[in-house]
Amino acid sequence: MYFNSRGERVSRARWKAMVAAFGSRQELIKAGLMNRRDLLRMGLLTGAGVLAAKSGLSARAYAGYGGGGGTWNGGQTASPPTTPWTMQMPIMPVKQPIAVSALSPAPTIAPNATINAATGRPYEGRTRSHQAPALGFPFPAGVTYQVTQKAAQVTMSPQLPAQTIWGFDGLAPGPTYVAQYGTPILIRNVNNLPSANDGFGMNSVSTHLHNGHTPSESDGFPGDYFSAGQYYDQYYPNALAGFNSDFKPNGNVNEAMSTLWYHDHRLSFTAQNVYKGLAGFYLLFNQYDTGNETTGFRLPSFSSDPSQTYDIPMMFADRVFDPSTGMLAFDSFNLDGILGDKFLVNGVIQPVLHVRPRRYRFRWLNSGPSRFQQIYVTDLNNPSASNPFWQVSTDGNLLPNPVQVPAVALGVAERTDVIIDFAQYAGKTLYLENRLEQVNGRGPTGNIVPAGTGNFLLKIVVDLPSAPDQSVDPATGPSYYTLPSISATPRVQRKFEFDQRYNGQWTINGNVFDGLTPRFTVQQNSLEQWEFRNGYNWAHPVHIHFEEFQIVSGNPGLYGTSGNDHNNYSRWSSQYCYSGCTTLPAAGVNLARKDTVRLDENVNVTVKLRFRDWLGRYVMHCHNVIHEDHAMMLRFDIATTGDTQYQP
Amino acid sequence: MAGIDRRQWMAGAWRLPSAARPLTAGAAGGDPPRFAKPLSGREVMRTRYFPNVPLVTHHGDTVRFYDDLLKDKIVAINMMYADCDGVCPTITMNIAKAQKLLRERTRHEVFIYSITVKPEEDTPAKLKDYAEMHGAGGNWLFLTGRPDDVELLRLKLGFADLRPEVDKDKAQHSGVVRYGNEPLSLWGACPGSAKPEWIAEEISYVVPQG
Repeated sequence: MYFNSRGERVSRARWKAMVAAFGSRQELIKAGLMNRRDLLRMGLLTGAGVLAAKSGLSARAYAGYGGGGGTWNGGQTASPPTTPWTMQMPIMPVKQPIAVSALSPAPTIAPNATINAATGRPYEGRTRSHQAPALGFPFPAGVTYQVTQKAAQVTMSPQLPAQTIWGFDGLAPGPTYVAQYGTPILIRNVNNLPSANDGFGMNSVSTHLHNGHTPSESDGFPGDYFSAGQYYDQYYPNALAGFNSDFKPNGNVNEAMSTLWYHDHRLSFTAQNVYKGLAGFYLLFNQYDTGNETTGFRLPSFSSDPSQTYDIPMMFADRVFDPSTGMLAFDSFNLDGILGDKFLVNGVIQPVLHVRPRRYRFRWLNSGPSRFQQIYVTDLNNPSASNPFWQVSTDGNLLPNPVQVPAVALGVAERTDVIIDFAQYAGKTLYLENRLEQVNGRGPTGNIVPAGTGNFLLKIVVDLPSAPDQSVDPATGPSYYTLPSISATPRVQRKFEFDQRYNGQWTINGNVFDGLTPRFTVQQNSLEQWEFRNGYNWAHPVHIHFEEFQIVSGNPGLYGTSGNDHNNYSRWSSQYCYSGCTTLPAAGVNLARKDTVRLDENVNVTVKLRFRDWLGRYVMHCHNVIHEDHAMMLRFDIATTGDTQYQP
Repeated sequence: MAGIDRRQWMAGAWRLPSAARPLTAGAAGGDPPRFAKPLSGREVMRTRYFPNVPLVTHHGDTVRFYDDLLKDKIVAINMMYADCDGVCPTITMNIAKAQKLLRERTRHEVFIYSITVKPEEDTPAKLKDYAEMHGAGGNWLFLTGRPDDVELLRLKLGFADLRPEVDKDKAQHSGVVRYGNEPLSLWGACPGSAKPEWIAEEISYVVPQG
């Protein structure tokens, strides 16, 4: 049965026409034909306001189905049109520290359980003491911040009304933290979110530092949510893994991380709250990845001045807007995954970035909620040309060496740092284009659409004056970090089945999430081998809190066939693969430390990882946040004694 | 905020941080589209997801889905059918235990609605037998209705599957429990197969404290 946006039954033919019309509109939007007048003039708009059918890539065709939760949107009611490339891409401000004396009440090692007379609740929402001071970390930390989560009005497109977002300091994305290894920081995280939510969003929150080697009480465990009117002090030691185990006292520099992000992780409400804007970047520098292109690895320089920086974080997100009110819309009763038809970079729909003809480091993050992406650099004046670039990290961890790639594939929460040399493109206009086809929450189809017909994310114009470039050319083969050894025999092997949902319920090993009790217990400072099995036609980006893993087998490659792309595929271990992936060795960009792995349909992945230095409760979950909120998550604890459950 | 007009839009643009200011006023020619007035959160939810269809309770009363069952209430909603020998008995038992736990935990009333996926078979009398068999009491209603109305409700509430062969198989109907606080437009979901303690924990997320 098929329904339109008003819940009226429509024929299959009518429904197909709606979907086709939506696909056509996507193409026209890309072509810059935006308003009704243009469309009428071209004879593309029928009297009923429906676009004449035309085949093409549908960004959100699934919204037309009667089944599966995307029921409110009948296919014809995709987001209202917006003109791309009319706003500059925002570069989020660098968060500035404050004096610890400015915090009132003063930070405490044990949670501040004193009742705040104004709210009737404890001042602080934290439930466990900071672990770091007992291990010799300074308290208070060397650097202190205060950030406030609150509602704010922003413009995402000049053609949409002002949108109410929830953001850290009222920004979406939030401000960028710039941290240094060896300098612990404390962030007082204040919740001033309103109860009014415009239809979605829960104003109790838990902020997760994604990829952080963070003690449990500061990790942002989903159950550690705190209420409006409370604060939560999060202590980030910024210490290298191994500092309290096999690399005392300073940790292993080869465990250094670069591009982390923070986002809300409120149990069962993560998708709503991140969709509303509660996410931002957290960059970590050290003596090698210095942020200065004349020192260390000599990666393009970072500056807190947006006009002077050659190191730019970019948060990709897709969203839906209500065609009637123009307001941000969240499909509350969707169980599969929400696919937006508007593509935002740093909070703005399809913005423009002007760059100088030199090398830049872009830090790309797919913030979801559900879409898988494969991002290419496209020159519309020569769409058949491949424009390869250098991938230097995956999930925020620098690779052993840069790898030249034709594209990068990103599941939700995956990051990659890339270096693009715009000297070769001086005077040109380029686009970041997601060419991976996905029509519903099940996962990508695996098809790569032709250049110029995908989802355009960002327009890059190489028209700023030239500037000296002292960064290292990746083509000269620089080395970054060496992969830490994982050759030891695992203390335990575990198996996790990421199941097809049964009766609408997502499970791992047949069980749904229970935050009250751990599913299994990992022994601190031990190596484990985990196998993720996915025998079904759903894709899941699997994320493990706390420790990076290395992929032993089943490493995901680029989607598509090698015929489509650059001759550099040999650097990739595999293309889109179903069975047989498990025998492929890790190679290229998968010779890496990762915290999220794409578990494509009918693919098994094996990883090895170590749980060092800290204790407490953590989670593993699917980072398609719709699946995550519907219980595709498990709690594990790290303790001094672990168990050996094979399939917990 | 009322429907935005050009003057408001221009005025709003100047309040933006400089990086986010539109590059060209009135881009692509023509006025920005006019939009309907934004709705409150509960109106957003009501208009998108809650058709006010008539249903019949296991007591034989006719009720309206939004007006009588949702408006101003804290609710938990699932789907079932009386002869279901798959997930239904377990989920019904879990909800019954969760209801008891919630009664001990909060003085706020939580209304529970179990809607049949087989309205053709499940008469109010049959649902009454089912309710009694499971000892379901208090603010717990088992609901049937006209098949088209129930089907519309099922799809609107997302108790559906994108795989057509699964979606039409009643034995594989959704085991998800949706819960919500209608006036605050807070809506979440949890698996009905979870432990009763966990179901109660989740539902309590939308129950005011105290």
